[in-house]
Amino acid sequence: MNEMRSPDLTLVEAQSEKPEAYVKVKDLEVRFVSREATVKAVNGVSFELKKGEVLCVIGESGSGKSVMMRSLLQLHAKKRTRMSGEMRVGDHDIMQATDKQMSELRGSTISMIFQEPMTALDPLYTIGDQIAETVMRHEKVDRDAGWARALELLELVRVPSPERRLKAYPHELSGGLRQRAMIAVALSCRPSLLLADEPTTALDASVQIQVLVLLRRLQREMGMSMIFVTHDLGVAAQIADKVAVMYAGRIIEYGNARDVLMHPEHPYTRAMLSSTIKDQDRSTPLDTIAGTPPDLRALPDGCSFAPRCKYAGPECFEAMPPEVTDGRNHMARCVRVSAVRGLLAFDPGIPAAPALV
Amino acid sequence: MTDVIETTTPTPASRDRGGPAQPMLIVENIKKYFPIRAGLLNRKVAEVKAVDDISFYVLKGETLGIVGESGCGKSTLARLLMYLIEKDEGHLVLDGDPVGEKAGVPLDGLRRSLQMVFQDSYSSLNPRLPIESSIAYGPKVQGASAKSAKEQARALLEKVGLKADRFGQRYPHELSGGQKQRVNIARALALDPRLLILDEAVSALDKSVEAQVLNLLGDLKEQLNLTYIFISHDLHVVKYISDRVLVMYLGQVVEIGPVDKIYEDPKHPYTQALLACRLSMDPDERVDAAPLAGDPPNPVNPPSGCRFHTRCPHAEDVCMSKMPALGDALRSDPSEHLAACHMVHAGSGHSKAPNPEVTTLPLWQGEMR
Amino acid sequence: MTDIPAGSLHIDKAQAAPASKVRGYWGSVWNRLRYDYVTLSCMALIAVIVLLAVFAPWIAPMDPDKSSMANRLRPIGYKKFLLGTDEQGRDMLSRLLWGGRNSLLMGIVPVIFATTIGGAFGVVAGYYGGKVNMVIMRTMDVFFAFPSVLLAVAIAGSLGGGIFNQMLTLTVVLIPPICRVAETATSQVRSLDFVDAARASGASTISILFSHVLINVLSPVLVYSSTLVSISIILAAGLSFLGLGVAPPTADWGLMLSTLRQSIYVQPLIAALPGVAILITSIAFNLVSDGLRQAMDVKA
Repeated sequence: MNEMRSPDLTLVEAQSEKPEAYVKVKDLEVRFVSREATVKAVNGVSFELKKGEVLCVIGESGSGKSVMMRSLLQLHAKKRTRMSGEMRVGDHDIMQATDKQMSELRGSTISMIFQEPMTALDPLYTIGDQIAETVMRHEKVDRDAGWARALELLELVRVPSPERRLKAYPHELSGGLRQRAMIAVALSCRPSLLLADEPTTALDASVQIQVLVLLRRLQREMGMSMIFVTHDLGVAAQIADKVAVMYAGRIIEYGNARDVLMHPEHPYTRAMLSSTIKDQDRSTPLDTIAGTPPDLRALPDGCSFAPRCKYAGPECFEAMPPEVTDGRNHMARCVRVSAVRGLLAFDPGIPAAPALV
Repeated sequence: MTDVIETTTPTPASRDRGGPAQPMLIVENIKKYFPIRAGLLNRKVAEVKAVDDISFYVLKGETLGIVGESGCGKSTLARLLMYLIEKDEGHLVLDGDPVGEKAGVPLDGLRRSLQMVFQDSYSSLNPRLPIESSIAYGPKVQGASAKSAKEQARALLEKVGLKADRFGQRYPHELSGGQKQRVNIARALALDPRLLILDEAVSALDKSVEAQVLNLLGDLKEQLNLTYIFISHDLHVVKYISDRVLVMYLGQVVEIGPVDKIYEDPKHPYTQALLACRLSMDPDERVDAAPLAGDPPNPVNPPSGCRFHTRCPHAEDVCMSKMPALGDALRSDPSEHLAACHMVHAGSGHSKAPNPEVTTLPLWQGEMR
Repeated sequence: MTDIPAGSLHIDKAQAAPASKVRGYWGSVWNRLRYDYVTLSCMALIAVIVLLAVFAPWIAPMDPDKSSMANRLRPIGYKKFLLGTDEQGRDMLSRLLWGGRNSLLMGIVPVIFATTIGGAFGVVAGYYGGKVNMVIMRTMDVFFAFPSVLLAVAIAGSLGGGIFNQMLTLTVVLIPPICRVAETATSQVRSLDFVDAARASGASTISILFSHVLINVLSPVLVYSSTLVSISIILAAGLSFLGLGVAPPTADWGLMLSTLRQSIYVQPLIAALPGVAILITSIAFNLVSDGLRQAMDVKA
């Protein structure tokens, strides 16, 4: 599928009337300190998200994607965490917010859904109770109104027989229904930003796609912004407007879903795509990325991917490459990527060397 | 019958008893129902029909993929094959010898030929043992001396790509997911098996690590002349690694056949829907509606007749009353494509069934042995 | 096993060495304990108490049983009676030191026996499940139905006094809770994949229990047992207080509390001393067991 892409020529004028970003993160750094070591989980992440947009953050274990997202709700243990940078959601300054302010925001303006609904839902309370409690707390209504809203929400997330299910306990529901119940709890106060931490990873394929379709529909209907963390590129393709690829705590590629997934420029993104199993020929071994992710306690200078990169040269080990952005707002951090005629292009330059250690 | 050695690694003649034409494993009419007890006297009130009359065979040197969703019974099936759970009914035949019966292979012998690789989780390796000891445990149990078991363990670590000096004394929590999975594989290989059951062996891994481990599995299969049963819910991986695929739904086999036939021309509506649930990596190929509605049903009270009829777009009256037959999975050719659906069998009573003159049923071949 | 060409499967090229050195489980436990000053100081305190008790015969300034009617209930610091005297004129300090021997014995020995016996029953019940589990656990439940003090009194009452009977009573009282903890831990471990893998390799049940199950069950059981030491000390003191333990004139903290009861208005501080000793000792054990639990209760 080699279509010609042209830089969006209307972008220049669009930028001047660009709607204000609803979520703004700039130079976010998150470190976990313990007596033994300091883990640099997030090392300078910046992005913006408009209202009603869906951002998918892709990365593998240790990339910092979950840590980054949880920082938006200040979910890390205060004692061990050092955060710096800027985080704004709407008019709220998350970095400076007090505990009281955060607890007002959580569940009402910003909501989160998790990977394992069984542990995210309280096993001792019925579904109806849990949804109603959130509604009652944030919208200051009485119990009847809370339950009425709970019923509405279960209908919204397409749970069959919602009246009966309201009175059910989490363990009485199947995995897919539990996930929907968790979504209902998260949406109960009409949040403007929904954070999703791999909510479909533990689900069967048929249920996963139901939940993804549901989320997309709800997101559109409610005009919510959404940040979705996943390691599955197929999930990103299904749901994202924008995609950010994280590695070792940094965003190394960012752009529209189509640009990043169909025309990746960063060597890591490309390697991830080619090592994902999809219709490869059985007789040939799969492409893999040599080596292992870096130790976040001892991050070396230079591009964090360089030790595993086929195209690394000496300049890659000196400093982290700067961001290179093209006319379509497609960004990559690689010295071999440059904007050519308004589009990102990757130029291997020197012939591919075996991965250096 | 002479043993034809077809592989790069010669199998000791004593191990290959049946010859190349004999399937490595024949599973006949396996059943496992779990009772649900309630009440003061712990009476059985219901049954979970986890595995309900399943039959299939696995050829030497092939990879049989088993796909299905939660509740289909594939993990129970894996444990039944490994004799970790007792079956209620059914027979196993390993390389021509019946298992567990008087004249056949004793359970011990099964252990030496059939091993399992578990899903990487915090519980797949003993957290208090260094991985060398975890791997060496099997050989020790089977009579090897501590020294030789340790040597075997270290050799296996090298074989799966982990340097024994650097990794041997590490504990599971010091390893990454991919490394732990390599250890799981090494442990399974410690008893020199011929058939490996891989139960969701790569499901918990990152995609790039998954690729590494799959490459490793492919290499090991060739070098050690292994046969694989690969159980997974991930359709992409099963397509890549399998020669034949078996699709399970609610404790039964609904479709079985060569991988390309299954993926290109699925005959059972469940398989069709399942394949349609695969996500594309192209944002332009997004779906707006889920191909399969509802959740996989509860195996406690499976629907009557065809168990899929409650979610099937082609369901008719006959589907509710009569359970469709798969066909003779044990006597059919490995290249045949069987599906347990009334639409496939002539004369079943379904409006879309083919004309009775054109039969898709294999001809009765008489007794097998 | 065939050899593979070097480098084809190896992923060693870019494998990072661990930033910290490879450490076993006990190593990481010690690493956590190292910085837990509360636990460390309590451990030191226990060491001191144990040493004092062990060397009591040599440290005690006077004969603990030597009474002197002239010197009854002398206050703290009176002449050579560093901690005063009791109602029979015996030196409190010496009696406390000697009493410590009894109390520590009563604290530790029953716990050791109960852990071994209760642990064994619990592991068997947890591993086998089914009828075996039912028989063992329901028997334990019968004992559980009684509050521990009541049970202790009932058993001690029927067995009679004396050190040996006291130890036996405490052991019996402590077996059910340990058994339950062991059973829970074992049945949890039993369901883990690596136990299935061990079964799949053809191992016998004994082998699996000793090589795989026990090491995983040991830490929760040991941690729980250590909390029982302080309970055992208090129970023993209680039994002695009620006259169901050692016979007078043996020095024993619980017994001392009982006999000094009447003197509480005359010399309240002296009357409180045995209680203070019990308090300090049991708190020390309690805090150590808490600290141990925190240090041991981790995966990495």
